[in-house]
Amino acid sequence: MASTTPKRSWRQRHFPHPLLSLTLFVVWMLLQNSLSLAHAVLALFLSWGIPLLTHSLWPERPKIRHYGKAMAYVLLVMWDIVVANIQVAAIILFRRNNSLQSCWLEIPLSVRSPEAITAFAGTITMTPGTVSCDLSADGRSLLVHCLDVSDQAEAIAGMKARYEARLQEIFHD
Amino acid sequence: MHLIHELLISGLIVLGAIFALVGSYGMLKFPNLMTRLHAPTKATTLGVGGALVASMVYFLTLEGHVSIHEVLISLFLFLTAPITAHFIAKAYMHKHLKPKQLPKTQSGWSTYSASPAEQSHKHSQSSTSHQ
Repeated sequence: MASTTPKRSWRQRHFPHPLLSLTLFVVWMLLQNSLSLAHAVLALFLSWGIPLLTHSLWPERPKIRHYGKAMAYVLLVMWDIVVANIQVAAIILFRRNNSLQSCWLEIPLSVRSPEAITAFAGTITMTPGTVSCDLSADGRSLLVHCLDVSDQAEAIAGMKARYEARLQEIFHD
Repeated sequence: MHLIHELLISGLIVLGAIFALVGSYGMLKFPNLMTRLHAPTKATTLGVGGALVASMVYFLTLEGHVSIHEVLISLFLFLTAPITAHFIAKAYMHKHLKPKQLPKTQSGWSTYSASPAEQSHKHSQSSTSHQ
């Protein structure tokens, strides 16, 4: 691999993942809950060192196109998580087990980048009555278990329209 | 003012506790592992969330400073819960399910079959070793 990649710039060699560095810095400072210089120096060191050490595990950078849309997506998913909690709680409390229509679904994927697929699978697990369980061997569809679904085609179309279409706009595919 | 804040905080804690309890009851009630998996991945997120928001409100109103640890806890929770659920589901598939019981897909599910690239690689290896 290394021999085929073109010569990398100074920034690419020393800061392979600027976004990861920034995230690490912010998370470390939040963990300390203080703004002292000592923590800032340590945070700088970590946010420089960890991306370098893990660079070989993650050779490419996620290509995010719209940061604004990503934020909107996070808010949408958080709202859906609240709704999901209430729906699942209602199913637990008020439905009889034998009236549950639980089933497996295969969701064909339109997104191709690993980051987008991971985000989609994670979203599916956190939202109403669905858990993503497996990826097909060719990475083109997702196996999802549903707690209670009456119309399978509609459920698939709903998830694709609500989450996958947005992710496709956020990530370069 | 103090009373209103305390009422709000206790309300949030009780709400969170109710969701945590319902989620745990779901784990007892549902008939098999795959349906049981839905209870802890969802109903308990709001349980933890309620307690965390209550903690933030407590520090903001009664202690007078902003606490951000709670945001990190919920962030880590949202990142790790789907991965745990994914691995539990995979382990269950290995032990209790056959590929036949799952919906069909072109190249099989990755729990059971290798990726098409690896399959063709193996194929070419075995064909060269035969010659």
